[in-house]
Amino acid sequence: MHTSPSGNLSTGGCTSARCGSQSSTLDELSADIQRKVQDHPCYSEEAHHHFARMHVAVAPACNIQCNYCNRKYDCSNESRPGVVSEVLTPVQAVKKTLAVAATIPQMSVLGIAGPGDALANPARTFEVFGELQKRAPDIKLCLSTNGLMLPHYVDQIAAAKVDHVTITINCIDPDVGAKIYPWIFWNHARVHGRAAAEILIAQQQKGLEMLVARGILVKINSVLIPGVNDEHLKEVSRVVRAKGAFLHNVMPLISDPAHGTYFGLSGQRGPTSEELEALQDACAGDMNMMRHCRQCRADAVGMLGEDRGAEFSIEKVDSMLIDEVAAMERRVALREAINAELDAKRAARHGEVIPLQQATKPVGRPVHMAVASSGGGLVNQHFGHAREFLIYEASSQGVRFLGVRKAAQYCGGESDCGEAENTLARTIAVLADCEVVLCARIGFEPWGKLESAGILPNGEHAMEPIEDAVAATWQQMLADGKLAQAPFEAQKRA
Amino acid sequence: MALEIIESCVNCWACVELCPNQAIFEASPHFQIDPSRCSECVGEYAKPQCAEICPVEGAIINELGEALYPPGTLSPTPAARHASSVAGS
Repeated sequence: MHTSPSGNLSTGGCTSARCGSQSSTLDELSADIQRKVQDHPCYSEEAHHHFARMHVAVAPACNIQCNYCNRKYDCSNESRPGVVSEVLTPVQAVKKTLAVAATIPQMSVLGIAGPGDALANPARTFEVFGELQKRAPDIKLCLSTNGLMLPHYVDQIAAAKVDHVTITINCIDPDVGAKIYPWIFWNHARVHGRAAAEILIAQQQKGLEMLVARGILVKINSVLIPGVNDEHLKEVSRVVRAKGAFLHNVMPLISDPAHGTYFGLSGQRGPTSEELEALQDACAGDMNMMRHCRQCRADAVGMLGEDRGAEFSIEKVDSMLIDEVAAMERRVALREAINAELDAKRAARHGEVIPLQQATKPVGRPVHMAVASSGGGLVNQHFGHAREFLIYEASSQGVRFLGVRKAAQYCGGESDCGEAENTLARTIAVLADCEVVLCARIGFEPWGKLESAGILPNGEHAMEPIEDAVAATWQQMLADGKLAQAPFEAQKRA
Repeated sequence: MALEIIESCVNCWACVELCPNQAIFEASPHFQIDPSRCSECVGEYAKPQCAEICPVEGAIINELGEALYPPGTLSPTPAARHASSVAGS
């Protein structure tokens, strides 16, 4: 057992590999799965630094109602699932995908994730997959679904060569489900309450089993809703893993009243970063957890954490001239180069002996660090330009990725948005548990404010690989005798 | 005999493909039902399909102007949530 950052004991045993860094966790997966996910930014923490994805919004209709969603999806300022600026026809979606893939050679994955449900719009979804399979066969196809119609379409999914499916499973207990789903559309009629949840859960579990039986990789998304399914998600994690899902992604509920969702309007709160990380740690004893999800829009384009959708409106795409064959050759060459580099790094890691089960008592307490990165797995972003921070924990057991936190700049249009003073204060609040910020550069003023809040800015590791930089910083703190002291949080309380 | 879509429609497309008579079409500012084609699903289904899947309370009305799913029928009230948790315990 090891202690999680929030101080709770994690449930379940802790194998050495799982306590190591996130990228060595991936080493633990079978070689076959590794090959399948190595260039998928949503499935591999390592890949998300190097590869890009896009969603095409061809699936507007939905067949269930979730209390964290509403069906108004036209706000360009919102960054959350279920939101898009324009719904595309399948022909437009194919054109847009080819245009993006020709402009961004890191593009490796095309997903259909809504804004409704991919499988509530089967004709549109499978038309896009079929056409892309012909014209850009190097691009991986994936889809995201609530699972209601999944058993019905599993064979078509396999025939379309879709190799990754995400099912959103928030519960396996219909009584919990009744608090999350007010109704579903089933067999030509609306079904309400517990009966609806019972059908949905049965379909999700059956769909999961059928996909696994066909060798299709399945990731499970769960929305963490405090007081509704938080404890229950540990059981969900155990069950979906036993059935063969290979990754579990627990995401925080987004419940801003301005979005008009039932949970937003009824005052249901979302989890704090600490609650989210504690639950992820508790589930991690059972399976691979995903911590780098950015909960992106159903029309997101680019690397995770960035959205270049505005560059590819229907109008702009129509005016682009694309050489599909040359674009594919460029993508394949770039992918091979990146994977060769990553393979070399993995091989080097295998050679290292990481003494995780030490006979002597480990010295030095764990430290949380925030990292500003614009991609490539490097510490390479100016503090003031960071729209998000990657949070890591360094300890005597190695470096562990904890999650992503949005910087205050990246907000949904609050009245004080852009006001430098407030923005910095809010960013400092978001990073309160961190003792170090690693970035490429930082301005004089924010430096002072961060330092007086107990967060030490550090630009010495600019352009270095993130995990190396985090480890080196921790070693330096240890050498300087800073890690024998009580953690910063305790000092603040004292 | 025909149903009608009113201005609270959010253009989510859910109803379009379910209509057994292809009576629903995209229009501005919102989707519409061609009254000459709409049968209210009589003879086809037990309940009108567009109203069964529509996520917006009150967006589909009958010829008397009555909503098929009036306000309060689709979103859970806090009381309903409480009741469902009690029923399950």
